[in-house]
Amino acid sequence: MSASVTPPTSPRATSAPEPPDGRSVLDPADVGRALTRIAHEILERTKGGDDLVLLGIPTRGVTIANRLAARIRAVEGLEVPVGSLDITMYRDDLRLRLPRALETTDVPGGVDHKLVVLVDDVLFTGRTVRAALDALSDLGRPRAVQLAVLVDRGHRELPIRADYVGKNLPTSRTQLVSVRLAEIDGSDAVVVGEAS
Amino acid sequence: MKRHLLSATDLDRESATLVLDTAEEMARLGERSIKKLPTLRGRTVVNLFYEDSTRTRTSFELAAKRLSADVINFSAKGSSVSKGESLKDTALTLEAMGADAVVCRHSGSGAPHRLAQWVKGSVVNAGDGTHEHPTQALLDAFTMRRRLGRIEGLRVTIVGDILHSRVARSNVLLLDILGAHPTVVAPPTLLPVGIEAWPTEVSYDIDAVLPKSDVVMMLRVQNERMTASYFPNVREYSRRYGLDARRVAALPDDAIVMHPGPMNRGVEIAAEVADSARSTIVEQVANGVSVRMAVLYLLLGGSEPAIGSPAAGSTEGERP
Repeated sequence: MSASVTPPTSPRATSAPEPPDGRSVLDPADVGRALTRIAHEILERTKGGDDLVLLGIPTRGVTIANRLAARIRAVEGLEVPVGSLDITMYRDDLRLRLPRALETTDVPGGVDHKLVVLVDDVLFTGRTVRAALDALSDLGRPRAVQLAVLVDRGHRELPIRADYVGKNLPTSRTQLVSVRLAEIDGSDAVVVGEAS
Repeated sequence: MKRHLLSATDLDRESATLVLDTAEEMARLGERSIKKLPTLRGRTVVNLFYEDSTRTRTSFELAAKRLSADVINFSAKGSSVSKGESLKDTALTLEAMGADAVVCRHSGSGAPHRLAQWVKGSVVNAGDGTHEHPTQALLDAFTMRRRLGRIEGLRVTIVGDILHSRVARSNVLLLDILGAHPTVVAPPTLLPVGIEAWPTEVSYDIDAVLPKSDVVMMLRVQNERMTASYFPNVREYSRRYGLDARRVAALPDDAIVMHPGPMNRGVEIAAEVADSARSTIVEQVANGVSVRMAVLYLLLGGSEPAIGSPAAGSTEGERP
Protein backbone atom coordinates (compact mmCIF):
# COMPACT_ATOMS: atom_id res chain seq x y z
CA MET A 1 0.00 0.00 0.00
CA SER A 2 1.27 3.44 -0.83
CA ALA A 3 2.01 6.04 1.79
CA SER A 4 -1.02 8.10 0.90
CA VAL A 5 -4.23 6.61 2.25
CA THR A 6 -6.42 8.08 -0.44
CA PRO A 7 -5.18 7.78 -4.00
CA PRO A 8 -5.37 11.10 -5.85
CA THR A 9 -8.20 9.79 -7.94
CA SER A 10 -10.16 6.70 -7.08
CA PRO A 11 -10.25 4.00 -9.71
CA ARG A 12 -14.00 4.24 -10.07
CA ALA A 13 -13.98 7.98 -10.45
CA THR A 14 -11.63 7.80 -13.39
CA SER A 15 -14.29 6.76 -15.82
CA ALA A 16 -16.94 9.22 -14.74
CA PRO A 17 -15.60 12.78 -15.11
CA GLU A 18 -14.64 14.14 -18.45
CA PRO A 19 -10.94 15.04 -18.67
CA PRO A 20 -10.94 18.74 -19.52
CA ASP A 21 -8.57 18.59 -22.47
CA GLY A 22 -8.22 14.90 -23.08
CA ARG A 23 -6.11 13.11 -25.62
CA SER A 24 -7.88 10.19 -27.27
CA VAL A 25 -5.75 7.05 -27.08
CA LEU A 26 -8.29 4.52 -28.41
CA ASP A 27 -10.83 5.33 -31.11
CA PRO A 28 -14.06 3.37 -31.65
CA ALA A 29 -12.37 0.87 -34.00
CA ASP A 30 -9.58 0.25 -31.46
CA VAL A 31 -12.11 -0.35 -28.68
CA GLY A 32 -14.03 -2.75 -30.93
CA ARG A 33 -10.91 -4.70 -31.86
CA ALA A 34 -9.74 -4.90 -28.25
CA LEU A 35 -13.09 -6.31 -27.11
CA THR A 36 -13.19 -8.81 -29.97
CA ARG A 37 -9.71 -10.03 -29.03
CA ILE A 38 -10.67 -10.33 -25.35
CA ALA A 39 -13.79 -12.32 -26.30
CA HIS A 40 -11.62 -14.74 -28.31
CA GLU A 41 -9.08 -15.00 -25.51
CA ILE A 42 -11.78 -15.79 -22.98
CA LEU A 43 -13.11 -18.59 -25.19
CA GLU A 44 -9.60 -19.90 -25.76
CA ARG A 45 -8.50 -19.75 -22.14
CA THR A 46 -11.74 -21.26 -20.81
CA LYS A 47 -11.72 -23.97 -23.50
CA GLY A 48 -15.04 -23.03 -25.06
CA GLY A 49 -16.61 -21.11 -22.20
CA ASP A 50 -18.36 -23.88 -20.25
CA ASP A 51 -19.86 -22.60 -16.96
CA LEU A 52 -18.73 -19.11 -17.90
CA VAL A 53 -20.36 -16.09 -16.23
CA LEU A 54 -19.44 -12.50 -17.13
CA LEU A 55 -19.86 -10.20 -14.13
CA GLY A 56 -19.58 -6.51 -14.93
CA ILE A 57 -18.79 -3.90 -12.30
CA PRO A 58 -21.27 -1.02 -12.79
CA THR A 59 -21.62 1.07 -14.75
CA ARG A 60 -19.30 0.61 -17.71
CA GLY A 61 -18.08 -2.83 -16.68
CA VAL A 62 -21.61 -4.13 -17.23
CA THR A 63 -21.78 -2.53 -20.68
CA ILE A 64 -18.45 -4.11 -21.62
CA ALA A 65 -19.59 -7.49 -20.25
CA ASN A 66 -22.69 -7.30 -22.45
CA ARG A 67 -20.56 -6.55 -25.50
CA LEU A 68 -18.23 -9.44 -24.74
CA ALA A 69 -21.23 -11.75 -24.41
CA ALA A 70 -22.55 -10.57 -27.79
CA ARG A 71 -19.18 -11.28 -29.41
CA ILE A 72 -18.98 -14.73 -27.81
CA ARG A 73 -22.47 -15.43 -29.11
CA ALA A 74 -21.45 -14.34 -32.60
CA VAL A 75 -18.29 -16.45 -32.62
CA GLU A 76 -19.37 -19.59 -30.82
CA GLY A 77 -23.17 -19.38 -30.67
CA LEU A 78 -22.86 -19.65 -26.92
CA GLU A 79 -25.24 -17.80 -24.56
CA VAL A 80 -23.08 -16.57 -21.68
CA PRO A 81 -24.93 -15.24 -18.62
CA VAL A 82 -24.10 -11.60 -17.90
CA GLY A 83 -24.54 -10.13 -14.45
CA SER A 84 -23.85 -6.99 -12.52
CA LEU A 85 -21.83 -6.85 -9.30
CA ASP A 86 -22.08 -3.72 -7.18
CA ILE A 87 -19.05 -3.24 -4.97
CA THR A 88 -20.10 -0.07 -3.14
CA MET A 89 -20.72 -1.77 0.19
CA TYR A 90 -17.33 -3.50 0.05
CA ARG A 91 -15.20 -0.47 -0.77
CA ASP A 92 -12.29 0.26 1.57
CA ASP A 93 -12.84 4.01 1.33
CA LEU A 94 -16.53 4.02 2.29
CA ARG A 95 -15.82 5.97 5.46
CA LEU A 96 -13.80 8.61 3.69
CA ARG A 97 -16.65 9.97 1.61
CA LEU A 98 -20.40 10.49 1.60
CA PRO A 99 -22.52 7.36 1.39
CA ARG A 100 -23.27 6.80 -2.27
CA ALA A 101 -26.25 5.40 -4.06
CA LEU A 102 -26.02 1.68 -4.69
CA GLU A 103 -25.83 0.02 -8.09
CA THR A 104 -27.50 -3.22 -9.01
CA THR A 105 -26.20 -6.62 -8.03
CA ASP A 106 -27.80 -9.25 -10.21
CA VAL A 107 -26.19 -12.58 -10.91
CA PRO A 108 -28.36 -14.80 -13.10
CA GLY A 109 -27.91 -18.43 -12.13
CA GLY A 110 -25.56 -17.70 -9.22
CA VAL A 111 -21.79 -18.14 -9.10
CA ASP A 112 -21.39 -21.52 -7.38
CA HIS A 113 -19.06 -23.79 -9.40
CA LYS A 114 -18.96 -21.23 -12.23
CA LEU A 115 -16.01 -19.69 -13.98
CA VAL A 116 -16.53 -16.02 -13.24
CA VAL A 117 -14.87 -13.36 -15.35
CA LEU A 118 -15.04 -9.97 -13.63
CA VAL A 119 -15.27 -7.17 -16.16
CA ASP A 120 -14.35 -3.53 -15.60
CA ASP A 121 -13.38 -0.60 -17.78
CA VAL A 122 -10.16 0.57 -16.12
CA LEU A 123 -7.76 -1.29 -13.84
CA PHE A 124 -5.88 1.19 -11.66
CA THR A 125 -5.08 0.66 -7.98
CA GLY A 126 -6.77 -2.74 -7.83
CA ARG A 127 -8.94 -1.71 -4.89
CA THR A 128 -12.14 -2.06 -6.86
CA VAL A 129 -11.20 -5.60 -7.82
CA ARG A 130 -10.35 -6.43 -4.23
CA ALA A 131 -13.82 -5.20 -3.22
CA ALA A 132 -15.35 -7.22 -6.05
CA LEU A 133 -13.61 -10.39 -4.84
CA ASP A 134 -15.06 -9.81 -1.37
CA ALA A 135 -18.52 -9.18 -2.79
CA LEU A 136 -18.23 -12.30 -4.89
CA SER A 137 -17.36 -14.51 -1.93
CA ASP A 138 -20.61 -13.39 -0.24
CA LEU A 139 -22.54 -14.55 -3.30
CA GLY A 140 -21.13 -18.05 -3.42
CA ARG A 141 -18.05 -20.04 -4.37
CA PRO A 142 -17.01 -19.82 -8.01
CA ARG A 143 -14.75 -22.51 -9.47
CA ALA A 144 -12.35 -19.79 -10.56
CA VAL A 145 -12.33 -16.01 -10.94
CA GLN A 146 -10.62 -14.13 -13.76
CA LEU A 147 -10.42 -10.45 -14.59
CA ALA A 148 -10.96 -8.68 -17.91
CA VAL A 149 -10.41 -4.92 -18.32
CA LEU A 150 -10.46 -2.64 -21.32
CA VAL A 151 -7.58 -0.51 -20.02
CA ASP A 152 -4.81 -1.32 -17.55
CA ARG A 153 -3.24 1.98 -16.52
CA GLY A 154 -0.86 0.63 -13.89
CA HIS A 155 -0.19 2.00 -10.36
CA ARG A 156 -1.43 -1.07 -8.52
CA GLU A 157 -1.67 -0.79 -4.74
CA LEU A 158 -2.61 -4.44 -4.22
CA PRO A 159 -1.30 -7.72 -5.62
CA ILE A 160 -3.88 -7.94 -8.40
CA ARG A 161 -3.45 -8.40 -12.14
CA ALA A 162 -5.81 -8.80 -15.07
CA ASP A 163 -6.14 -11.99 -17.13
CA TYR A 164 -7.43 -10.16 -20.19
CA VAL A 165 -6.34 -6.63 -21.06
CA GLY A 166 -7.60 -4.54 -23.98
CA LYS A 167 -4.81 -1.99 -23.80
CA ASN A 168 -1.89 -1.39 -21.46
CA LEU A 169 -1.76 2.34 -20.99
CA PRO A 170 1.23 3.91 -19.24
CA THR A 171 -0.04 6.87 -17.22
CA SER A 172 1.04 9.04 -14.35
CA ARG A 173 -0.94 8.73 -11.15
CA THR A 174 -2.45 12.16 -11.50
CA GLN A 175 -3.80 11.66 -15.01
CA LEU A 176 -7.46 10.89 -15.57
CA VAL A 177 -8.39 7.97 -17.77
CA SER A 178 -11.91 8.03 -19.10
CA VAL A 179 -13.57 5.19 -20.96
CA ARG A 180 -16.52 6.28 -23.08
CA LEU A 181 -18.97 3.76 -24.45
CA ALA A 182 -21.63 4.33 -27.07
CA GLU A 183 -24.43 2.90 -24.90
CA ILE A 184 -23.75 5.46 -22.15
CA ASP A 185 -21.71 8.29 -23.63
CA GLY A 186 -22.81 8.33 -27.26
CA SER A 187 -19.57 7.03 -28.76
CA ASP A 188 -16.62 4.78 -27.95
CA ALA A 189 -13.26 6.21 -26.88
CA VAL A 190 -10.56 6.02 -24.28
CA VAL A 191 -9.33 9.46 -23.33
CA VAL A 192 -6.40 10.49 -21.17
CA GLY A 193 -6.37 13.92 -19.61
CA GLU A 194 -4.47 15.86 -17.01
CA ALA A 195 -6.17 16.48 -13.69
CA SER A 196 -7.19 20.12 -13.56
CA MET B 1 -22.17 17.37 10.21
CA LYS B 2 -24.26 15.23 12.50
CA ARG B 3 -27.67 14.42 11.09
CA HIS B 4 -30.75 12.63 12.33
CA LEU B 5 -33.95 11.12 11.04
CA LEU B 6 -36.51 12.45 13.50
CA SER B 7 -39.37 13.38 11.21
CA ALA B 8 -40.50 12.53 7.70
CA THR B 9 -39.88 16.21 6.96
CA ASP B 10 -36.16 15.69 7.57
CA LEU B 11 -36.24 14.25 4.06
CA ASP B 12 -36.91 16.01 0.82
CA ARG B 13 -38.07 14.32 -2.34
CA GLU B 14 -34.53 13.61 -3.51
CA SER B 15 -33.26 12.09 -0.28
CA ALA B 16 -36.45 10.09 0.30
CA THR B 17 -36.09 8.66 -3.19
CA LEU B 18 -32.44 7.85 -2.42
CA VAL B 19 -33.61 5.88 0.62
CA LEU B 20 -36.16 3.96 -1.45
CA ASP B 21 -33.68 3.23 -4.26
CA THR B 22 -31.09 2.06 -1.73
CA ALA B 23 -33.72 -0.11 -0.03
CA GLU B 24 -34.43 -1.73 -3.38
CA GLU B 25 -30.85 -2.99 -3.55
CA MET B 26 -30.94 -3.98 0.13
CA ALA B 27 -34.05 -6.05 -0.59
CA ARG B 28 -32.07 -8.14 -3.08
CA LEU B 29 -29.74 -9.09 -0.26
CA GLY B 30 -32.67 -10.81 1.45
CA GLU B 31 -32.86 -13.17 -1.50
CA ARG B 32 -29.25 -14.34 -1.11
CA SER B 33 -27.98 -17.20 1.00
CA ILE B 34 -25.48 -14.95 2.80
CA LYS B 35 -27.62 -12.05 3.96
CA LYS B 36 -24.80 -9.91 5.23
CA LEU B 37 -22.80 -6.89 4.12
CA PRO B 38 -19.58 -5.66 5.77
CA THR B 39 -20.51 -2.01 5.44
CA LEU B 40 -21.04 -0.94 9.06
CA ARG B 41 -18.37 -3.16 10.59
CA GLY B 42 -17.12 -1.58 13.80
CA ARG B 43 -20.04 0.81 14.17
CA THR B 44 -22.37 0.56 17.14
CA VAL B 45 -26.12 0.97 16.92
CA VAL B 46 -28.10 1.26 20.14
CA ASN B 47 -31.77 0.35 20.15
CA LEU B 48 -33.23 2.47 22.93
CA PHE B 49 -36.81 1.35 23.39
CA TYR B 50 -38.96 2.87 26.10
CA GLU B 51 -42.12 1.33 24.69
CA ASP B 52 -42.99 -2.24 23.87
CA SER B 53 -42.28 -3.13 20.29
CA THR B 54 -41.53 -6.41 18.64
CA ARG B 55 -41.76 -5.54 14.99
CA THR B 56 -39.84 -2.28 14.91
CA ARG B 57 -37.11 -3.29 17.34
CA THR B 58 -36.36 -6.63 15.68
CA SER B 59 -36.54 -4.93 12.29
CA PHE B 60 -33.92 -2.35 13.28
CA GLU B 61 -31.85 -5.03 14.97
CA LEU B 62 -31.85 -7.26 11.92
CA ALA B 63 -31.14 -4.31 9.63
CA ALA B 64 -28.11 -3.25 11.69
CA LYS B 65 -26.84 -6.83 11.96
CA ARG B 66 -27.14 -7.43 8.22
CA LEU B 67 -24.86 -4.44 7.77
CA SER B 68 -22.41 -5.93 10.32
CA ALA B 69 -22.91 -3.22 12.94
CA ASP B 70 -22.71 -4.09 16.63
CA VAL B 71 -26.16 -3.83 18.14
CA ILE B 72 -27.04 -3.10 21.74
CA ASN B 73 -30.67 -3.51 22.73
CA PHE B 74 -31.69 -1.34 25.58
CA SER B 75 -35.26 -1.54 26.74
CA ALA B 76 -36.75 0.41 29.58
CA LYS B 77 -37.84 -2.69 31.40
CA GLY B 78 -34.99 -4.28 33.30
CA SER B 79 -32.68 -1.30 32.84
CA SER B 80 -31.69 1.64 34.99
CA VAL B 81 -34.72 3.41 33.59
CA SER B 82 -36.90 1.37 35.90
CA LYS B 83 -34.64 2.62 38.69
CA GLY B 84 -35.53 6.19 37.76
CA GLU B 85 -32.71 7.20 35.41
CA SER B 86 -33.65 10.13 33.21
CA LEU B 87 -33.56 10.09 29.41
CA LYS B 88 -30.63 12.46 29.49
CA ASP B 89 -28.55 10.34 31.83
CA THR B 90 -29.33 7.24 29.83
CA ALA B 91 -28.32 9.07 26.69
CA LEU B 92 -25.01 10.16 28.22
CA THR B 93 -24.32 6.63 29.35
CA LEU B 94 -24.89 5.32 25.83
CA GLU B 95 -22.79 8.14 24.49
CA ALA B 96 -19.92 7.12 26.74
CA MET B 97 -20.16 3.63 25.31
CA GLY B 98 -19.54 5.07 21.86
CA ALA B 99 -22.87 4.69 20.09
CA ASP B 100 -22.68 5.81 16.46
CA ALA B 101 -26.46 5.77 16.16
CA VAL B 102 -29.32 5.63 18.62
CA VAL B 103 -32.63 4.22 17.45
CA CYS B 104 -35.17 5.60 19.88
CA ARG B 105 -38.74 4.72 20.66
CA HIS B 106 -40.43 6.65 23.42
CA SER B 107 -43.97 7.26 24.61
CA GLY B 108 -43.26 10.96 24.89
CA SER B 109 -43.73 12.95 21.69
CA GLY B 110 -40.49 14.76 20.95
CA ALA B 111 -38.23 12.57 23.11
CA PRO B 112 -35.92 11.69 20.17
CA HIS B 113 -35.57 15.41 19.41
CA ARG B 114 -34.28 16.03 22.92
CA LEU B 115 -32.01 13.01 22.61
CA ALA B 116 -30.57 14.37 19.37
CA GLN B 117 -29.36 17.44 21.24
CA TRP B 118 -27.55 15.34 23.81
CA VAL B 119 -25.74 12.62 21.88
CA LYS B 120 -22.98 12.82 19.33
CA GLY B 121 -24.28 10.03 17.10
CA SER B 122 -27.21 10.08 14.70
CA VAL B 123 -30.66 9.60 16.20
CA VAL B 124 -33.34 7.67 14.35
CA ASN B 125 -36.87 8.17 15.57
CA ALA B 126 -38.50 4.75 15.82
CA GLY B 127 -41.78 6.19 17.02
CA ASP B 128 -42.34 8.95 19.59
CA GLY B 129 -45.70 9.09 21.33
CA THR B 130 -48.41 10.29 19.01
CA HIS B 131 -45.96 12.29 16.93
CA GLU B 132 -43.91 10.58 14.21
CA HIS B 133 -42.57 7.28 12.95
CA PRO B 134 -40.58 8.17 9.83
CA THR B 135 -39.14 4.75 8.98
CA GLN B 136 -42.66 3.30 8.99
CA ALA B 137 -43.68 5.94 6.44
CA LEU B 138 -40.62 5.07 4.35
CA LEU B 139 -41.36 1.36 4.38
CA ASP B 140 -45.00 2.06 3.49
CA ALA B 141 -43.90 4.23 0.57
CA PHE B 142 -41.44 1.52 -0.45
CA THR B 143 -44.22 -1.09 -0.36
CA MET B 144 -46.48 1.11 -2.49
CA ARG B 145 -43.74 1.71 -5.02
CA ARG B 146 -42.92 -1.99 -5.27
CA ARG B 147 -46.56 -3.00 -5.67
CA LEU B 148 -47.85 -0.17 -7.84
CA GLY B 149 -44.66 0.98 -9.57
CA ARG B 150 -44.89 4.61 -8.50
CA ILE B 151 -45.80 6.92 -5.64
CA GLU B 152 -46.42 10.20 -7.41
CA GLY B 153 -50.10 10.74 -8.02
CA LEU B 154 -51.26 7.79 -5.91
CA ARG B 155 -54.44 8.37 -3.92
CA VAL B 156 -53.73 7.00 -0.46
CA THR B 157 -56.52 6.69 2.09
CA ILE B 158 -55.53 6.34 5.73
CA VAL B 159 -58.36 5.15 7.94
CA GLY B 160 -58.66 5.00 11.70
CA ASP B 161 -57.22 6.52 14.82
CA ILE B 162 -55.47 9.50 13.25
CA LEU B 163 -55.47 11.33 16.60
CA HIS B 164 -53.09 8.90 18.31
CA SER B 165 -51.25 7.74 15.21
CA ARG B 166 -47.64 8.66 14.59
CA VAL B 167 -47.83 6.41 11.54
CA ALA B 168 -50.57 8.55 10.00
CA ARG B 169 -48.70 11.81 10.56
CA SER B 170 -45.41 10.54 9.14
CA ASN B 171 -47.21 8.93 6.20
CA VAL B 172 -49.17 12.06 5.32
CA LEU B 173 -46.01 14.18 5.45
CA LEU B 174 -43.89 11.77 3.42
CA LEU B 175 -46.61 11.07 0.85
CA ASP B 176 -46.97 14.79 0.31
CA ILE B 177 -43.19 15.11 -0.13
CA LEU B 178 -43.26 12.28 -2.69
CA GLY B 179 -46.17 13.75 -4.65
CA ALA B 180 -48.97 11.40 -3.61
CA HIS B 181 -52.43 12.54 -2.51
CA PRO B 182 -53.28 11.38 1.01
CA THR B 183 -56.78 11.40 2.50
CA VAL B 184 -57.40 10.64 6.16
CA VAL B 185 -60.70 9.10 7.20
CA ALA B 186 -61.82 8.92 10.82
CA PRO B 187 -64.66 9.77 13.15
CA PRO B 188 -64.38 13.46 14.13
CA THR B 189 -63.36 12.44 17.64
CA LEU B 190 -60.28 10.63 16.32
CA LEU B 191 -58.95 13.52 14.25
CA PRO B 192 -56.31 15.76 15.85
CA VAL B 193 -56.76 19.46 16.38
CA GLY B 194 -55.11 21.28 13.51
CA ILE B 195 -55.67 18.51 10.96
CA GLU B 196 -56.60 21.20 8.43
CA ALA B 197 -52.96 22.28 8.46
CA TRP B 198 -51.80 18.80 7.39
CA PRO B 199 -51.17 18.34 3.67
CA THR B 200 -54.11 15.96 3.35
CA GLU B 201 -57.78 15.71 2.51
CA VAL B 202 -60.08 14.82 5.39
CA SER B 203 -63.23 12.74 5.26
CA TYR B 204 -65.61 11.11 7.74
CA ASP B 205 -67.11 8.74 5.20
CA ILE B 206 -64.99 5.74 4.24
CA ASP B 207 -67.49 4.50 1.64
CA ALA B 208 -67.26 7.74 -0.33
CA VAL B 209 -63.47 7.61 -0.50
CA LEU B 210 -62.73 3.94 -1.18
CA PRO B 211 -63.73 3.91 -4.88
CA LYS B 212 -61.16 6.67 -5.46
CA SER B 213 -58.28 5.00 -3.58
CA ASP B 214 -55.18 3.30 -4.99
CA VAL B 215 -54.03 2.43 -1.48
CA VAL B 216 -56.04 2.03 1.69
CA MET B 217 -54.09 1.95 4.93
CA MET B 218 -55.92 0.76 8.01
CA LEU B 219 -54.73 1.88 11.43
CA ARG B 220 -55.12 0.16 14.74
CA VAL B 221 -57.43 1.61 17.36
CA GLN B 222 -54.87 2.45 20.03
CA ASN B 223 -56.73 1.60 23.19
CA GLU B 224 -53.60 2.06 25.29
CA ARG B 225 -53.38 5.73 24.36
CA MET B 226 -57.07 6.47 24.75
CA THR B 227 -57.96 8.41 27.82
CA ALA B 228 -61.62 8.99 26.98
CA SER B 229 -64.38 7.41 24.92
CA TYR B 230 -63.89 8.35 21.31
CA PHE B 231 -66.66 6.16 19.89
CA PRO B 232 -69.66 4.32 21.37
CA ASN B 233 -68.27 0.78 21.13
CA VAL B 234 -65.97 -1.41 19.09
CA ARG B 235 -68.79 -2.96 17.08
CA GLU B 236 -70.03 0.39 15.97
CA TYR B 237 -66.53 1.54 15.06
CA SER B 238 -65.99 -1.61 13.08
CA ARG B 239 -69.27 -1.18 11.22
CA ARG B 240 -68.60 2.47 10.38
CA TYR B 241 -64.86 2.36 9.72
CA GLY B 242 -63.74 -1.27 9.49
CA LEU B 243 -62.51 -2.71 6.21
CA ASP B 244 -64.50 -5.82 5.34
CA ALA B 245 -64.92 -7.76 2.09
CA ARG B 246 -67.88 -5.60 1.03
CA ARG B 247 -65.86 -2.41 1.30
CA VAL B 248 -62.84 -4.00 -0.42
CA ALA B 249 -65.13 -4.79 -3.37
CA ALA B 250 -65.64 -1.03 -3.80
CA LEU B 251 -61.91 -0.45 -4.32
CA PRO B 252 -60.42 -0.14 -7.82
CA ASP B 253 -59.14 -3.49 -9.12
CA ASP B 254 -55.45 -2.98 -8.49
CA ALA B 255 -55.75 -1.14 -5.18
CA ILE B 256 -53.79 -2.52 -2.24
CA VAL B 257 -54.62 -2.84 1.45
CA MET B 258 -51.97 -1.93 4.01
CA HIS B 259 -51.69 -2.08 7.78
CA PRO B 260 -48.66 -1.09 9.86
CA GLY B 261 -49.45 -3.74 12.46
CA PRO B 262 -50.14 -4.97 14.99
CA MET B 263 -53.69 -5.42 13.73
CA ASN B 264 -56.89 -6.19 15.54
CA ARG B 265 -58.56 -8.66 13.25
CA GLY B 266 -62.29 -8.10 13.19
CA VAL B 267 -62.03 -4.51 14.45
CA GLU B 268 -60.42 -2.24 11.85
CA ILE B 269 -59.79 -5.00 9.33
CA ALA B 270 -61.63 -8.26 8.64
CA ALA B 271 -59.49 -11.41 8.76
CA GLU B 272 -60.38 -12.33 5.18
CA VAL B 273 -59.18 -8.91 3.99
CA ALA B 274 -55.95 -9.10 5.96
CA ASP B 275 -55.17 -12.45 4.38
CA SER B 276 -56.23 -11.55 0.84
CA ALA B 277 -53.93 -11.08 -2.17
CA ARG B 278 -54.43 -7.31 -2.00
CA SER B 279 -53.01 -7.18 1.49
CA THR B 280 -49.35 -6.14 1.79
CA ILE B 281 -49.16 -6.64 5.54
CA VAL B 282 -46.51 -9.37 5.47
CA GLU B 283 -44.50 -7.61 2.74
CA GLN B 284 -44.46 -4.47 4.86
CA VAL B 285 -42.57 -6.35 7.56
CA ALA B 286 -39.94 -7.65 5.11
CA ASN B 287 -39.69 -4.23 3.46
CA GLY B 288 -39.16 -2.68 6.89
CA VAL B 289 -35.80 -4.43 7.20
CA SER B 290 -34.68 -3.26 3.74
CA VAL B 291 -35.71 0.34 4.38
CA ARG B 292 -34.04 0.46 7.79
CA MET B 293 -30.86 -0.96 6.29
CA ALA B 294 -30.99 1.84 3.74
CA VAL B 295 -31.49 4.48 6.45
CA LEU B 296 -28.65 3.14 8.61
CA TYR B 297 -26.34 2.88 5.62
CA LEU B 298 -27.08 6.42 4.46
CA LEU B 299 -26.65 7.83 7.98
CA LEU B 300 -23.62 5.82 9.08
CA GLY B 301 -21.99 4.30 6.00
CA GLY B 302 -19.83 7.22 4.97
CA SER B 303 -17.79 10.07 6.33
CA GLU B 304 -20.98 12.05 6.85
CA PRO B 305 -24.69 11.25 6.72
CA ALA B 306 -26.24 11.52 3.26
CA ILE B 307 -29.78 12.02 4.57
CA GLY B 308 -31.57 13.59 7.50
CA SER B 309 -31.41 17.00 9.18
CA PRO B 310 -29.36 18.53 11.97
CA ALA B 311 -31.13 18.62 15.33
CA ALA B 312 -33.11 21.80 15.83
CA GLY B 313 -31.78 24.01 18.57
CA SER B 314 -28.36 22.41 18.83
CA THR B 315 -25.17 23.71 17.36
CA GLU B 316 -22.63 21.35 15.92
CA GLY B 317 -20.15 20.06 18.43
CA GLU B 318 -22.00 21.50 21.38
CA ARG B 319 -21.76 19.35 24.45
CA PRO B 320 -24.66 18.84 26.81
